[in-house]
Amino acid sequence: MRISKAWIVAAKDIRVFLRKRYTIYSLVVFPIIIGIGLPFVLNVVISKQGALLSTQHLTDLMSAFAFFFAIGASVIPTLLASYSLVGEKVEKSLEPLLAAPITDSELLLGKGIGAFFPSIGSLYIGSIVFMVLSDLFTHSTLGYYYFPNWTIGILLLILMPLLSVLSVEWSVIVSARATDPRAAQLQGVLIAIPLFFIYVATEVGAIKLNTTSIWIISGAAFIADIILFFLSTKTFQREEILTKWN
Amino acid sequence: MISVENLTRKFGELTAVEGLTFQVEEGEVFGFLGPNGAGKTTTVRMLCCLISKTSGDARINDYHIGKEADSLQIRKMIGLVPDNVGLYDDLSAFENLDFYGKLYECTEGRRKENIERFLKMLELWDRKDARAGSFSKGMKQKLALARALVHEPKILFMDEPTANLDPESAKTVRDFIMEIKKQGRTIFLNTHNLDEAQRICDRIGIIKTKLLSIGTPEQLRKSLAGPKTVIRLAQASEAMANSLRKLIPNKFEVSDNKLLIDVTDPDKENPSIIAAITSIGGQVREVTQLVPTLEEVYLQIVKETK
Repeated sequence: MRISKAWIVAAKDIRVFLRKRYTIYSLVVFPIIIGIGLPFVLNVVISKQGALLSTQHLTDLMSAFAFFFAIGASVIPTLLASYSLVGEKVEKSLEPLLAAPITDSELLLGKGIGAFFPSIGSLYIGSIVFMVLSDLFTHSTLGYYYFPNWTIGILLLILMPLLSVLSVEWSVIVSARATDPRAAQLQGVLIAIPLFFIYVATEVGAIKLNTTSIWIISGAAFIADIILFFLSTKTFQREEILTKWN
Repeated sequence: MISVENLTRKFGELTAVEGLTFQVEEGEVFGFLGPNGAGKTTTVRMLCCLISKTSGDARINDYHIGKEADSLQIRKMIGLVPDNVGLYDDLSAFENLDFYGKLYECTEGRRKENIERFLKMLELWDRKDARAGSFSKGMKQKLALARALVHEPKILFMDEPTANLDPESAKTVRDFIMEIKKQGRTIFLNTHNLDEAQRICDRIGIIKTKLLSIGTPEQLRKSLAGPKTVIRLAQASEAMANSLRKLIPNKFEVSDNKLLIDVTDPDKENPSIIAAITSIGGQVREVTQLVPTLEEVYLQIVKETK
Protein backbone atom coordinates (compact mmCIF):
# COMPACT_ATOMS: atom_id res chain seq x y z
CA MET A 1 0.00 0.00 0.00
CA ARG A 2 1.32 3.44 -0.97
CA ILE A 3 0.45 6.02 1.66
CA SER A 4 1.27 8.80 -0.83
CA LYS A 5 -1.70 7.77 -2.99
CA ALA A 6 -3.99 7.82 0.04
CA TRP A 7 -2.74 11.32 0.90
CA ILE A 8 -3.55 12.56 -2.61
CA VAL A 9 -7.15 11.39 -2.18
CA ALA A 10 -7.33 12.77 1.35
CA ALA A 11 -5.97 16.17 0.30
CA LYS A 12 -8.54 16.36 -2.48
CA ASP A 13 -11.35 15.42 -0.11
CA ILE A 14 -10.28 17.98 2.48
CA ARG A 15 -10.14 20.66 -0.23
CA VAL A 16 -13.69 19.73 -1.27
CA PHE A 17 -14.91 19.73 2.37
CA LEU A 18 -13.54 23.20 2.92
CA ARG A 19 -15.53 24.49 -0.06
CA LYS A 20 -18.86 23.07 1.04
CA ARG A 21 -20.77 25.16 3.52
CA TYR A 22 -22.50 22.08 4.92
CA THR A 23 -19.30 20.23 5.75
CA ILE A 24 -17.75 23.37 7.25
CA TYR A 25 -20.80 23.68 9.53
CA SER A 26 -20.41 20.02 10.47
CA LEU A 27 -16.79 20.64 11.43
CA VAL A 28 -17.32 23.89 13.29
CA VAL A 29 -20.73 23.90 14.98
CA PHE A 30 -20.41 20.84 17.22
CA PRO A 31 -16.96 21.71 18.69
CA ILE A 32 -18.09 25.32 19.26
CA ILE A 33 -21.28 24.28 21.06
CA ILE A 34 -19.46 21.74 23.21
CA GLY A 35 -16.26 23.72 23.66
CA ILE A 36 -17.94 26.99 24.64
CA GLY A 37 -21.48 26.02 25.59
CA LEU A 38 -20.76 23.33 28.17
CA PRO A 39 -18.30 25.40 30.23
CA PHE A 40 -21.00 28.09 30.44
CA VAL A 41 -23.43 25.42 31.67
CA LEU A 42 -20.87 24.60 34.35
CA ASN A 43 -20.70 28.28 35.22
CA VAL A 44 -24.48 28.45 35.55
CA VAL A 45 -24.52 25.31 37.73
CA ILE A 46 -21.82 26.79 40.01
CA SER A 47 -23.54 30.15 40.31
CA LYS A 48 -26.95 28.59 41.04
CA GLN A 49 -25.94 25.85 43.46
CA GLY A 50 -23.10 27.78 45.07
CA ALA A 51 -21.93 26.18 48.31
CA LEU A 52 -24.40 23.28 47.92
CA LEU A 53 -22.39 21.92 45.02
CA SER A 54 -19.87 19.29 46.06
CA THR A 55 -16.50 19.21 44.35
CA GLN A 56 -17.05 15.52 43.56
CA HIS A 57 -20.30 16.30 41.76
CA LEU A 58 -18.65 19.13 39.86
CA THR A 59 -15.68 17.03 38.69
CA ASP A 60 -18.03 14.17 37.71
CA LEU A 61 -20.03 16.66 35.68
CA MET A 62 -16.87 17.99 33.99
CA SER A 63 -15.78 14.46 33.04
CA ALA A 64 -19.25 13.67 31.75
CA PHE A 65 -19.22 16.85 29.66
CA ALA A 66 -15.76 15.96 28.30
CA PHE A 67 -17.30 12.69 27.10
CA PHE A 68 -19.25 14.74 24.56
CA PHE A 69 -16.00 14.97 22.59
CA ALA A 70 -16.00 11.18 22.32
CA ILE A 71 -19.56 11.39 21.00
CA GLY A 72 -18.41 14.06 18.55
CA ALA A 73 -15.59 11.81 17.39
CA SER A 74 -18.14 9.20 16.43
CA VAL A 75 -20.44 11.67 14.67
CA ILE A 76 -18.34 14.23 12.76
CA PRO A 77 -16.19 11.78 10.74
CA THR A 78 -19.42 10.01 9.77
CA LEU A 79 -20.82 13.25 8.41
CA LEU A 80 -17.69 13.86 6.34
CA ALA A 81 -17.06 10.30 5.22
CA SER A 82 -20.68 9.80 4.16
CA TYR A 83 -20.57 13.05 2.27
CA SER A 84 -17.35 12.00 0.60
CA LEU A 85 -18.38 8.47 -0.34
CA VAL A 86 -22.00 9.09 -1.31
CA GLY A 87 -20.96 12.41 -2.83
CA GLU A 88 -18.62 10.55 -5.21
CA LYS A 89 -21.50 8.24 -5.98
CA VAL A 90 -23.90 11.11 -6.66
CA GLU A 91 -21.36 13.03 -8.76
CA LYS A 92 -20.56 9.76 -10.63
CA SER A 93 -16.89 10.43 -10.02
CA LEU A 94 -16.10 6.95 -8.73
CA GLU A 95 -15.65 5.38 -12.16
CA PRO A 96 -12.77 7.58 -13.35
CA LEU A 97 -11.29 7.46 -9.86
CA LEU A 98 -11.37 3.66 -9.78
CA ALA A 99 -9.88 3.54 -13.29
CA ALA A 100 -6.79 5.34 -11.96
CA PRO A 101 -3.79 3.35 -10.70
CA ILE A 102 -4.86 3.24 -7.08
CA THR A 103 -5.79 0.16 -5.08
CA ASP A 104 -9.05 -0.22 -3.18
CA SER A 105 -7.24 -0.11 0.14
CA GLU A 106 -5.32 3.06 -0.81
CA LEU A 107 -8.56 4.71 -1.82
CA LEU A 108 -10.32 3.59 1.36
CA LEU A 109 -7.41 4.80 3.47
CA GLY A 110 -7.46 8.13 1.64
CA LYS A 111 -11.16 8.54 2.29
CA GLY A 112 -10.56 7.65 5.95
CA ILE A 113 -7.70 10.11 6.37
CA GLY A 114 -9.72 12.82 4.61
CA ALA A 115 -12.57 12.43 7.10
CA PHE A 116 -10.39 11.69 10.14
CA PHE A 117 -7.98 14.62 10.30
CA PRO A 118 -10.39 17.55 9.84
CA SER A 119 -12.78 15.97 12.36
CA ILE A 120 -10.21 15.17 14.98
CA GLY A 121 -8.53 18.54 14.40
CA SER A 122 -11.71 20.51 14.97
CA LEU A 123 -12.56 18.40 18.05
CA TYR A 124 -9.08 18.94 19.52
CA ILE A 125 -9.44 22.69 19.05
CA GLY A 126 -12.89 22.51 20.66
CA SER A 127 -11.53 20.43 23.54
CA ILE A 128 -8.76 22.95 24.24
CA VAL A 129 -11.35 25.73 24.40
CA PHE A 130 -13.52 23.50 26.61
CA MET A 131 -10.67 22.75 29.04
CA VAL A 132 -9.51 26.36 29.27
CA LEU A 133 -13.01 27.77 29.86
CA SER A 134 -13.97 24.97 32.27
CA ASP A 135 -10.84 25.57 34.32
CA LEU A 136 -11.50 29.30 34.35
CA PHE A 137 -15.07 28.85 35.60
CA THR A 138 -14.32 26.09 38.15
CA HIS A 139 -10.96 27.16 39.58
CA SER A 140 -12.47 29.31 42.30
CA THR A 141 -14.75 26.43 43.39
CA LEU A 142 -12.27 23.57 43.10
CA GLY A 143 -9.17 25.50 44.09
CA TYR A 144 -7.17 23.83 41.32
CA TYR A 145 -7.29 23.35 37.56
CA TYR A 146 -9.17 20.13 36.87
CA PHE A 147 -8.03 19.91 33.20
CA PRO A 148 -5.85 18.51 31.77
CA ASN A 149 -5.92 15.20 33.58
CA TRP A 150 -5.29 11.54 32.74
CA THR A 151 -8.96 10.85 32.05
CA ILE A 152 -9.34 13.52 29.38
CA GLY A 153 -5.86 12.70 28.08
CA ILE A 154 -6.85 9.09 27.36
CA LEU A 155 -10.21 10.25 26.07
CA LEU A 156 -8.64 12.69 23.61
CA LEU A 157 -5.58 10.73 22.54
CA ILE A 158 -6.84 7.13 22.61
CA LEU A 159 -10.63 6.92 22.62
CA MET A 160 -11.40 9.74 20.20
CA PRO A 161 -9.11 8.50 17.40
CA LEU A 162 -10.46 4.96 17.85
CA LEU A 163 -14.03 6.23 17.64
CA SER A 164 -13.21 8.35 14.61
CA VAL A 165 -11.82 5.33 12.80
CA LEU A 166 -14.91 3.35 13.81
CA SER A 167 -17.09 6.13 12.51
CA VAL A 168 -15.33 6.17 9.11
CA GLU A 169 -15.56 2.39 8.80
CA TRP A 170 -19.24 2.47 9.66
CA SER A 171 -19.78 5.19 7.06
CA VAL A 172 -18.24 3.01 4.35
CA ILE A 173 -20.69 0.24 5.20
CA VAL A 174 -23.79 2.46 5.25
CA SER A 175 -22.68 4.45 2.19
CA ALA A 176 -22.71 1.29 0.08
CA ARG A 177 -26.48 1.24 0.12
CA ALA A 178 -27.31 4.91 0.43
CA THR A 179 -28.04 7.02 -2.62
CA ASP A 180 -28.23 10.32 -0.78
CA PRO A 181 -25.53 11.81 1.47
CA ARG A 182 -28.11 12.90 4.08
CA ALA A 183 -29.56 9.39 4.29
CA ALA A 184 -26.05 7.98 4.73
CA GLN A 185 -25.35 10.53 7.45
CA LEU A 186 -28.56 9.69 9.30
CA GLN A 187 -27.65 6.03 9.30
CA GLY A 188 -24.06 6.89 10.07
CA VAL A 189 -24.78 8.74 13.30
CA LEU A 190 -26.45 5.62 14.69
CA ILE A 191 -22.93 4.60 15.66
CA ALA A 192 -23.09 7.26 18.39
CA ILE A 193 -26.11 5.72 20.15
CA PRO A 194 -24.11 3.40 22.47
CA LEU A 195 -22.05 6.43 23.50
CA PHE A 196 -25.19 8.38 24.37
CA PHE A 197 -26.21 5.48 26.59
CA ILE A 198 -22.82 5.65 28.31
CA TYR A 199 -23.29 9.38 28.83
CA VAL A 200 -26.75 8.89 30.31
CA ALA A 201 -25.37 6.13 32.53
CA THR A 202 -22.75 8.54 33.87
CA GLU A 203 -25.41 11.16 34.55
CA VAL A 204 -27.54 8.72 36.56
CA GLY A 205 -24.45 7.51 38.39
CA ALA A 206 -24.42 4.01 36.88
CA ILE A 207 -20.96 4.55 35.39
CA LYS A 208 -18.17 6.73 36.67
CA LEU A 209 -16.02 8.23 33.96
CA ASN A 210 -12.44 7.80 35.06
CA THR A 211 -9.25 6.46 33.49
CA THR A 212 -10.35 2.86 34.04
CA SER A 213 -13.74 3.24 32.41
CA ILE A 214 -12.25 5.23 29.49
CA TRP A 215 -9.67 2.46 28.96
CA ILE A 216 -12.47 -0.13 28.93
CA ILE A 217 -14.52 1.89 26.43
CA SER A 218 -11.36 2.36 24.34
CA GLY A 219 -10.76 -1.40 24.37
CA ALA A 220 -14.32 -2.00 23.18
CA ALA A 221 -13.87 0.62 20.45
CA PHE A 222 -10.62 -1.04 19.38
CA ILE A 223 -12.33 -4.43 19.01
CA ALA A 224 -15.20 -2.81 17.10
CA ASP A 225 -12.60 -1.08 14.88
CA ILE A 226 -11.09 -4.42 13.91
CA ILE A 227 -14.46 -6.01 13.18
CA LEU A 228 -15.69 -3.07 11.12
CA PHE A 229 -12.33 -2.87 9.32
CA PHE A 230 -12.91 -6.32 7.83
CA LEU A 231 -16.53 -5.54 7.03
CA SER A 232 -15.74 -2.18 5.42
CA THR A 233 -12.84 -3.49 3.31
CA LYS A 234 -15.14 -6.27 2.12
CA THR A 235 -17.73 -3.67 1.14
CA PHE A 236 -15.25 -1.29 -0.45
CA GLN A 237 -14.19 -3.24 -3.53
CA ARG A 238 -14.24 -1.64 -6.95
CA GLU A 239 -16.43 -4.28 -8.51
CA GLU A 240 -18.97 -3.98 -5.69
CA ILE A 241 -18.83 -0.21 -5.91
CA LEU A 242 -19.44 -0.06 -9.64
CA THR A 243 -22.03 -2.77 -9.93
CA LYS A 244 -23.92 -2.60 -6.64
CA TRP A 245 -23.36 0.83 -5.10
CA ASN A 246 -25.28 2.64 -7.84
CA MET B 1 -2.28 -3.57 -28.36
CA ILE B 2 -5.71 -4.81 -27.21
CA SER B 3 -6.38 -8.47 -27.65
CA VAL B 4 -9.70 -9.96 -26.57
CA GLU B 5 -10.39 -13.68 -26.67
CA ASN B 6 -13.74 -15.21 -25.93
CA LEU B 7 -14.44 -12.61 -23.25
CA THR B 8 -17.64 -13.21 -21.30
CA ARG B 9 -19.28 -11.43 -18.40
CA LYS B 10 -22.37 -12.57 -16.56
CA PHE B 11 -24.28 -10.76 -13.83
CA GLY B 12 -26.10 -13.59 -12.09
CA GLU B 13 -28.38 -15.11 -14.69
CA LEU B 14 -27.90 -12.24 -17.12
CA THR B 15 -25.18 -12.51 -19.74
CA ALA B 16 -24.02 -8.99 -20.48
CA VAL B 17 -21.21 -9.90 -22.86
CA GLU B 18 -20.61 -13.28 -24.47
CA GLY B 19 -17.60 -14.67 -26.28
CA LEU B 20 -16.08 -11.45 -27.57
CA THR B 21 -13.00 -11.96 -29.71
CA PHE B 22 -11.24 -9.10 -31.48
CA GLN B 23 -7.99 -7.18 -31.66
CA VAL B 24 -7.30 -3.48 -31.73
CA GLU B 25 -4.01 -2.44 -33.25
CA GLU B 26 -1.74 0.33 -32.01
CA GLY B 27 -2.80 3.77 -33.27
CA GLU B 28 -6.18 2.48 -34.40
CA VAL B 29 -9.52 4.08 -33.62
CA PHE B 30 -11.85 1.20 -32.89
CA GLY B 31 -15.55 1.90 -32.61
CA PHE B 32 -17.90 -0.26 -30.61
CA LEU B 33 -21.43 0.15 -31.90
CA GLY B 34 -24.49 -1.29 -30.26
CA PRO B 35 -27.89 -0.48 -28.84
CA ASN B 36 -28.40 0.41 -25.18
CA GLY B 37 -27.71 -2.60 -22.97
CA ALA B 38 -25.64 -4.31 -25.67
CA GLY B 39 -22.64 -4.71 -23.37
CA LYS B 40 -20.47 -1.83 -24.58
CA THR B 41 -19.94 -0.28 -21.16
CA THR B 42 -19.43 -3.68 -19.55
CA THR B 43 -16.71 -4.45 -22.12
CA VAL B 44 -14.95 -1.15 -21.48
CA ARG B 45 -15.18 -1.66 -17.72
CA MET B 46 -13.62 -5.11 -18.06
CA LEU B 47 -10.84 -3.79 -20.28
CA CYS B 48 -10.18 -0.94 -17.84
CA CYS B 49 -9.95 -3.51 -15.00
CA LEU B 50 -12.93 -1.97 -13.22
CA ILE B 51 -14.94 -5.18 -13.16
CA SER B 52 -13.87 -8.78 -13.50
CA LYS B 53 -14.52 -11.13 -16.37
CA THR B 54 -16.52 -14.31 -15.98
CA SER B 55 -14.45 -16.21 -18.55
CA GLY B 56 -12.17 -15.67 -21.52
CA ASP B 57 -9.18 -13.40 -21.59
CA ALA B 58 -8.11 -9.94 -22.65
CA ARG B 59 -4.66 -8.43 -22.83
CA ILE B 60 -3.63 -4.82 -23.03
CA ASN B 61 -0.02 -4.61 -24.19
CA ASP B 62 0.52 -8.16 -22.92
CA TYR B 63 -0.86 -7.37 -19.48
CA HIS B 64 -3.79 -9.59 -18.60
CA ILE B 65 -6.96 -8.12 -17.22
CA GLY B 66 -8.07 -9.88 -14.07
CA LYS B 67 -4.55 -10.27 -12.65
CA GLU B 68 -4.11 -7.89 -9.73
CA ALA B 69 -0.50 -6.97 -10.52
CA ASP B 70 -1.28 -6.48 -14.23
CA SER B 71 -4.40 -4.43 -13.47
CA LEU B 72 -2.35 -1.61 -11.94
CA GLN B 73 -0.03 -1.59 -14.97
CA ILE B 74 -3.02 -1.50 -17.33
CA ARG B 75 -4.61 1.36 -15.42
CA LYS B 76 -1.39 3.35 -15.70
CA MET B 77 -1.34 3.12 -19.48
CA ILE B 78 -5.00 3.81 -20.19
CA GLY B 79 -7.26 6.82 -19.95
CA LEU B 80 -11.01 6.58 -19.49
CA VAL B 81 -13.76 8.97 -20.46
CA PRO B 82 -16.83 7.38 -18.83
CA ASP B 83 -20.38 7.96 -20.00
CA ASN B 84 -20.90 10.20 -16.95
CA VAL B 85 -18.13 12.77 -16.81
CA GLY B 86 -17.74 12.42 -13.02
CA LEU B 87 -15.91 15.64 -12.30
CA TYR B 88 -15.52 17.24 -8.89
CA ASP B 89 -17.88 20.19 -9.16
CA ASP B 90 -16.33 22.02 -6.19
CA LEU B 91 -12.83 21.90 -7.63
CA SER B 92 -11.61 24.10 -10.45
CA ALA B 93 -10.82 22.70 -13.89
CA PHE B 94 -7.12 22.92 -13.06
CA GLU B 95 -7.55 21.22 -9.67
CA ASN B 96 -9.56 18.39 -11.22
CA LEU B 97 -6.77 17.68 -13.70
CA ASP B 98 -4.02 18.21 -11.13
CA PHE B 99 -5.61 15.64 -8.80
CA TYR B 100 -5.64 13.02 -11.54
CA GLY B 101 -2.15 13.97 -12.68
CA LYS B 102 -0.92 13.25 -9.16
CA LEU B 103 -2.80 9.94 -9.00
CA TYR B 104 -1.15 8.93 -12.27
CA GLU B 105 2.25 9.83 -10.78
CA CYS B 106 3.06 12.61 -13.26
CA THR B 107 5.85 14.89 -12.12
CA GLU B 108 4.81 18.42 -11.23
CA GLY B 109 6.42 19.88 -14.35
CA ARG B 110 4.84 17.36 -16.70
CA ARG B 111 1.50 17.74 -14.95
CA LYS B 112 1.42 21.50 -15.33
CA GLU B 113 2.65 21.33 -18.92
CA ASN B 114 0.01 18.76 -19.91
CA ILE B 115 -2.80 20.54 -18.10
CA GLU B 116 -1.98 23.77 -19.90
CA ARG B 117 -1.58 22.01 -23.27
CA PHE B 118 -4.84 20.09 -23.11
CA LEU B 119 -6.89 22.93 -21.63
CA LYS B 120 -5.63 25.21 -24.38
CA MET B 121 -6.39 22.61 -27.05
CA LEU B 122 -9.92 22.31 -25.70
CA GLU B 123 -10.36 26.06 -25.32
CA LEU B 124 -10.75 25.84 -21.54
CA TRP B 125 -7.52 27.50 -20.44
CA ASP B 126 -9.25 30.83 -19.75
CA ARG B 127 -11.61 29.01 -17.37
CA LYS B 128 -8.94 26.95 -15.62
CA ASP B 129 -9.69 28.47 -12.21
CA ALA B 130 -13.47 28.28 -12.52
CA ARG B 131 -15.36 25.60 -10.62
CA ALA B 132 -16.12 22.58 -12.80
CA GLY B 133 -19.66 22.77 -11.44
CA SER B 134 -20.14 26.06 -13.27
CA PHE B 135 -19.30 24.53 -16.66
CA SER B 136 -21.79 23.70 -19.40
CA LYS B 137 -22.30 20.07 -20.38
CA GLY B 138 -20.02 20.46 -23.39
CA MET B 139 -17.27 22.07 -21.32
CA LYS B 140 -17.52 19.32 -18.73
CA GLN B 141 -17.17 16.70 -21.45
CA LYS B 142 -14.09 18.47 -22.77
CA LEU B 143 -12.65 18.64 -19.27
CA ALA B 144 -13.28 14.91 -18.83
CA LEU B 145 -11.35 14.34 -22.06
CA ALA B 146 -8.46 16.42 -20.76
CA ARG B 147 -8.57 14.47 -17.49
CA ALA B 148 -8.29 11.17 -19.36
CA LEU B 149 -5.25 12.49 -21.24
CA VAL B 150 -3.38 14.33 -18.49
CA HIS B 151 -0.99 11.40 -17.98
CA GLU B 152 -0.61 10.88 -21.76
CA PRO B 153 -2.02 7.35 -21.92
CA LYS B 154 -1.25 5.05 -24.82
CA ILE B 155 -4.83 3.88 -24.98
CA LEU B 156 -7.93 5.96 -24.52
CA PHE B 157 -11.30 4.40 -23.75
CA MET B 158 -14.28 6.62 -24.42
CA ASP B 159 -17.83 5.70 -23.52
CA GLU B 160 -20.31 7.74 -25.56
CA PRO B 161 -18.21 10.92 -25.47
CA THR B 162 -20.61 13.00 -27.55
CA ALA B 163 -23.89 11.70 -26.15
CA ASN B 164 -26.23 14.52 -25.08
CA LEU B 165 -23.96 17.24 -26.45
CA ASP B 166 -25.15 20.02 -28.70
CA PRO B 167 -23.85 19.79 -32.30
CA GLU B 168 -21.14 22.41 -31.77
CA SER B 169 -19.74 20.75 -28.64
CA ALA B 170 -20.00 17.33 -30.26
CA LYS B 171 -17.97 18.62 -33.20
CA THR B 172 -15.30 20.05 -30.89
CA VAL B 173 -15.03 16.71 -29.12
CA ARG B 174 -14.88 14.81 -32.43
CA ASP B 175 -12.22 17.18 -33.78
CA PHE B 176 -10.24 16.65 -30.60
CA ILE B 177 -10.50 12.87 -30.98
CA MET B 178 -9.16 13.23 -34.53
CA GLU B 179 -6.33 15.35 -33.15
CA ILE B 180 -5.31 12.74 -30.59
CA LYS B 181 -5.66 10.06 -33.24
CA LYS B 182 -2.97 11.92 -35.20
CA GLN B 183 -0.72 11.65 -32.15
CA GLY B 184 -0.82 7.88 -32.62
CA ARG B 185 -2.89 7.00 -29.59
CA THR B 186 -5.10 3.95 -29.69
CA ILE B 187 -8.72 4.86 -29.15
CA PHE B 188 -11.55 2.55 -28.14
CA LEU B 189 -14.78 4.41 -28.73
CA ASN B 190 -18.17 3.25 -27.51
CA THR B 191 -20.91 4.96 -29.40
CA HIS B 192 -24.31 4.57 -30.91
CA ASN B 193 -23.76 7.57 -33.13
CA LEU B 194 -23.32 5.93 -36.52
CA ASP B 195 -22.22 9.08 -38.28
CA GLU B 196 -19.55 9.63 -35.66
CA ALA B 197 -18.35 6.04 -35.94
CA GLN B 198 -18.16 6.29 -39.72
CA ARG B 199 -16.22 9.56 -39.61
CA ILE B 200 -13.77 8.73 -36.83
CA CYS B 201 -13.23 4.99 -36.67
CA ASP B 202 -10.75 2.91 -38.63
CA ARG B 203 -12.68 -0.23 -37.74
CA ILE B 204 -16.03 -0.87 -36.15
CA GLY B 205 -17.37 -3.77 -34.13
CA ILE B 206 -21.13 -4.16 -33.84
CA ILE B 207 -22.13 -5.70 -30.55
CA LYS B 208 -25.31 -6.95 -29.03
CA THR B 209 -24.09 -9.14 -26.18
CA LYS B 210 -22.09 -11.00 -28.84
CA LEU B 211 -19.89 -9.42 -31.47
CA LEU B 212 -22.12 -9.46 -34.53
CA SER B 213 -19.82 -8.01 -37.13
CA ILE B 214 -16.45 -6.33 -37.37
CA GLY B 215 -14.59 -4.50 -40.12
CA THR B 216 -13.81 -1.14 -41.61
CA PRO B 217 -16.86 1.08 -42.24
CA GLU B 218 -16.44 0.31 -45.95
CA GLN B 219 -16.28 -3.44 -45.36
CA LEU B 220 -19.37 -3.32 -43.18
CA ARG B 221 -21.33 -1.37 -45.76
CA LYS B 222 -20.43 -3.84 -48.46
CA SER B 223 -21.14 -6.82 -46.21
CA LEU B 224 -24.87 -6.18 -46.09
CA ALA B 225 -25.58 -6.05 -49.81
CA GLY B 226 -23.81 -5.00 -52.95
CA PRO B 227 -24.21 -1.52 -54.35
CA LYS B 228 -27.28 -0.50 -56.31
CA THR B 229 -27.54 1.65 -59.40
CA VAL B 230 -30.45 4.06 -59.52
CA ILE B 231 -31.51 5.11 -63.02
CA ARG B 232 -34.09 7.83 -63.35
CA LEU B 233 -36.01 7.64 -66.64
CA ALA B 234 -38.29 10.06 -68.42
CA GLN B 235 -40.96 7.43 -68.05
CA ALA B 236 -40.81 3.88 -66.74
CA SER B 237 -43.56 1.35 -67.36
CA GLU B 238 -44.13 -2.26 -66.40
CA ALA B 239 -43.92 -3.26 -70.07
CA MET B 240 -40.54 -1.64 -70.36
CA ALA B 241 -39.37 -3.37 -67.20
CA ASN B 242 -40.44 -6.74 -68.63
CA SER B 243 -38.51 -6.03 -71.83
CA LEU B 244 -35.45 -5.00 -69.83
CA ARG B 245 -35.57 -8.20 -67.74
CA LYS B 246 -34.98 -10.14 -70.93
CA LEU B 247 -31.88 -8.08 -71.73
CA ILE B 248 -30.05 -7.84 -68.37
CA PRO B 249 -29.44 -10.53 -65.73
CA ASN B 250 -29.59 -8.07 -62.77
CA LYS B 251 -32.51 -7.95 -60.36
CA PHE B 252 -34.27 -4.60 -60.21
CA GLU B 253 -37.34 -2.78 -58.93
CA VAL B 254 -39.36 -0.04 -60.62
CA SER B 255 -40.66 2.87 -58.62
CA ASP B 256 -41.56 6.49 -59.55
CA ASN B 257 -39.86 6.32 -62.94
CA LYS B 258 -36.77 4.99 -61.26
CA LEU B 259 -35.05 1.65 -61.72
CA LEU B 260 -33.26 0.36 -58.63
CA ILE B 261 -30.83 -2.21 -60.00
CA ASP B 262 -28.61 -4.60 -57.99
CA VAL B 263 -25.09 -4.56 -59.34
CA THR B 264 -21.85 -6.18 -58.25
CA ASP B 265 -19.40 -4.12 -60.28
CA PRO B 266 -20.99 -0.77 -61.21
CA ASP B 267 -18.14 0.37 -63.48
CA LYS B 268 -18.44 -2.75 -65.61
CA GLU B 269 -22.20 -3.30 -65.53
CA ASN B 270 -23.67 0.21 -65.71
CA PRO B 271 -22.75 0.96 -69.39
CA SER B 272 -24.40 -2.27 -70.63
CA ILE B 273 -27.49 -1.64 -68.48
CA ILE B 274 -27.86 1.89 -69.89
CA ALA B 275 -27.33 0.57 -73.42
CA ALA B 276 -30.08 -2.01 -72.83
CA ILE B 277 -32.46 0.66 -71.55
CA THR B 278 -31.88 2.96 -74.53
CA SER B 279 -32.24 0.02 -76.92
CA ILE B 280 -35.83 -0.50 -75.75
CA GLY B 281 -36.65 3.20 -76.03
CA GLY B 282 -35.98 4.32 -72.46
CA GLN B 283 -34.76 7.88 -71.94
CA VAL B 284 -32.11 8.06 -69.18
CA ARG B 285 -32.23 11.29 -67.19
CA GLU B 286 -29.92 10.52 -64.29
CA VAL B 287 -27.69 7.69 -63.06
CA THR B 288 -26.62 7.50 -59.44
CA GLN B 289 -24.82 4.91 -57.37
CA LEU B 290 -26.30 3.78 -54.08
CA VAL B 291 -24.16 2.16 -51.39
CA PRO B 292 -25.83 1.00 -48.13
CA THR B 293 -25.18 3.42 -45.30
CA LEU B 294 -23.61 2.27 -42.07
CA GLU B 295 -26.96 2.94 -40.45
CA GLU B 296 -28.69 0.50 -42.79
CA VAL B 297 -26.00 -2.09 -42.15
CA TYR B 298 -26.21 -1.58 -38.40
CA LEU B 299 -30.00 -1.74 -38.28
CA GLN B 300 -30.04 -4.84 -40.46
CA ILE B 301 -27.42 -6.65 -38.39
CA VAL B 302 -29.05 -5.77 -35.08
CA LYS B 303 -32.50 -6.66 -36.46
CA GLU B 304 -31.27 -10.08 -37.56
CA THR B 305 -30.36 -10.93 -33.97
CA LYS B 306 -33.88 -10.29 -32.65
